[in-house]
Amino acid sequence: MAIVFQRPHALKETQLHYCPGCTHGIVHRLVAEVIDELDIEGKTIGVSPVGCAYNNYLYFNCDMVQAAHGRAPAVATGVKRVHPENVVFTYQGDGDLASIGTAEIVHAANRGEKITTIFINNAIYGMTSGQMAPTTLLGQVTTTSPFGRRAEIEGYPINMSEMLATLKGAVFVERVSMHDIKNIKNAKKAIKKAFQVQQAGLGFSIVEVLSSCPTNWGIDPTKSLKWIEEKMIPQYPLGNFKGKDLEV
Amino acid sequence: MGEKILMKGNEAIAEAALRAGCRFYFGYPITPQTEVAHYFAKKMGQYGGTFIQAESEIAAMNMVYGAASAGARCMTSSSSPGISLKQEAISYAACAELPAVVVNIMRAGPGLGGIQAAQGDYFQATKGGGHGDYRMVVLAPSSVQELYELTVEAFNIADRYRTLCMIVGDGMLGQMMEGVEFKDKEELFQADKSWAATGTKMEREHNYITSIYIEPDVLEKHNLKLQEKYRTIKENEARVEVYNCEDADVIVAAYGTVSRIIKNVIKSAAEEGIKVGLIKPITLWPFPTEAFEKYADVPKAFLSVELSAGQMIEDVRLALNGKKPVHFHGRMGGMVPTQKEILDKIKDILK
Repeated sequence: MAIVFQRPHALKETQLHYCPGCTHGIVHRLVAEVIDELDIEGKTIGVSPVGCAYNNYLYFNCDMVQAAHGRAPAVATGVKRVHPENVVFTYQGDGDLASIGTAEIVHAANRGEKITTIFINNAIYGMTSGQMAPTTLLGQVTTTSPFGRRAEIEGYPINMSEMLATLKGAVFVERVSMHDIKNIKNAKKAIKKAFQVQQAGLGFSIVEVLSSCPTNWGIDPTKSLKWIEEKMIPQYPLGNFKGKDLEV
Repeated sequence: MGEKILMKGNEAIAEAALRAGCRFYFGYPITPQTEVAHYFAKKMGQYGGTFIQAESEIAAMNMVYGAASAGARCMTSSSSPGISLKQEAISYAACAELPAVVVNIMRAGPGLGGIQAAQGDYFQATKGGGHGDYRMVVLAPSSVQELYELTVEAFNIADRYRTLCMIVGDGMLGQMMEGVEFKDKEELFQADKSWAATGTKMEREHNYITSIYIEPDVLEKHNLKLQEKYRTIKENEARVEVYNCEDADVIVAAYGTVSRIIKNVIKSAAEEGIKVGLIKPITLWPFPTEAFEKYADVPKAFLSVELSAGQMIEDVRLALNGKKPVHFHGRMGGMVPTQKEILDKIKDILK
């Protein structure tokens, strides 16, 4: 009998630690499928973040380097400059990339580092138990914005993809979502293209993935997917911001 | 020996690093060490290496973290306030056992302080400026020649033990020009780097570099392994220069450029019939305790002279363990003690 569905080789045979309904696992799978399809596992080096995905170095079969909070793009820069022929990606959440690591992501993008960033935007700090992120929506209740995020006090949600797309060195920028099958398929296409852009040596590529956090949002997994669709997408419109027509 | 060249201390660091096979430098401008970056910016291309002016000291040290993880000889350099910013990645790299070299051409602090020479970062360098139980080897050259030799050695030590190695010089040392005699060929330690992140080539299990061990028992075990390594380094790597100590009335402890002032003090003291000795630690960590133990019974007292409020003196006292009084003379803020000042202090001690 033909096998029609199996674990991608780039993903280790181990149980992931993520909460039920969290979409990190799906994104991991998509990255691994892309690594398989491009046949680059042997030359890929991933950089793990601080946040819920801190130990995804245990999940991917390729070589991995764990980085300090927000510093993955700087660490990846070091790795890539030593091994320019390898494929280097960072996997970062919104606290990591859009708050403490803003400088590192902006400058790695601006230098046009030939790395790929997978950016998980779930509008909250997951691992430290639900604090406000730079991407938290206005009015969204978190443990550090218990009355809902107020623009006059806490400022506005930050749209990283739009911002990074203004930089010349960032050549492929796309925002995708995990809220339904169609969008998950689109996400995979974007991730694949981002890796191909790197392989072609064109510059920095990033895919922002709208992701769910039922545990810290305090709603069930099904409603969480609805919440992405109805609340997050109006603030974070999906689509390609740069590099759609790049030939790879 | 090979050619002798007149060189600035900061340039000698970069030249030495290139000769030691360092092909990756990441830095950020700060006085008084920026010539290190200038030199690399100009020369690195000829060696096929990478020079990056990072967006911050934090990023520069994290680039070092990445390049070291990838198995390359790499370094960063800065001066005191910049070194404070690097402490995060220094602690991470210590935990992940990454070999790399960090240079601190110290200026006066605290805070933004001033840009003149100081030794106020002794505690930060030797006691752990970042968080957690870690050590790094700290080398303290006192001439441009020694700066060159110890920079090469720093890379060898880093690779031999999979550790960070810091070179501390004060601003004077970075800025002064002296003749340096370069060897024709350096002896470079060839390390096994099969642990590095290079890509599996589908030929081995994946490698991963990490500094997080979420299970307490696993983290304790890792800490014990680190401590074991630090013990080995302590046994093997303590270096010291002992000068004129055999029948000294007072033995001065001083490192870096201060030790050169002391050598002049020794001469002028001798003219007045006072015998002064010098113990110059070359490694600040591991501290050369044995040299102090060996000469503990010789002088009436010890004197620690530093460009600080008194930091190394604590290690001198620990080494002597109460056997002799230990006095202190120091200047701060970028001020440097004169020979006369120090000699007066020695006379005071002998009264």
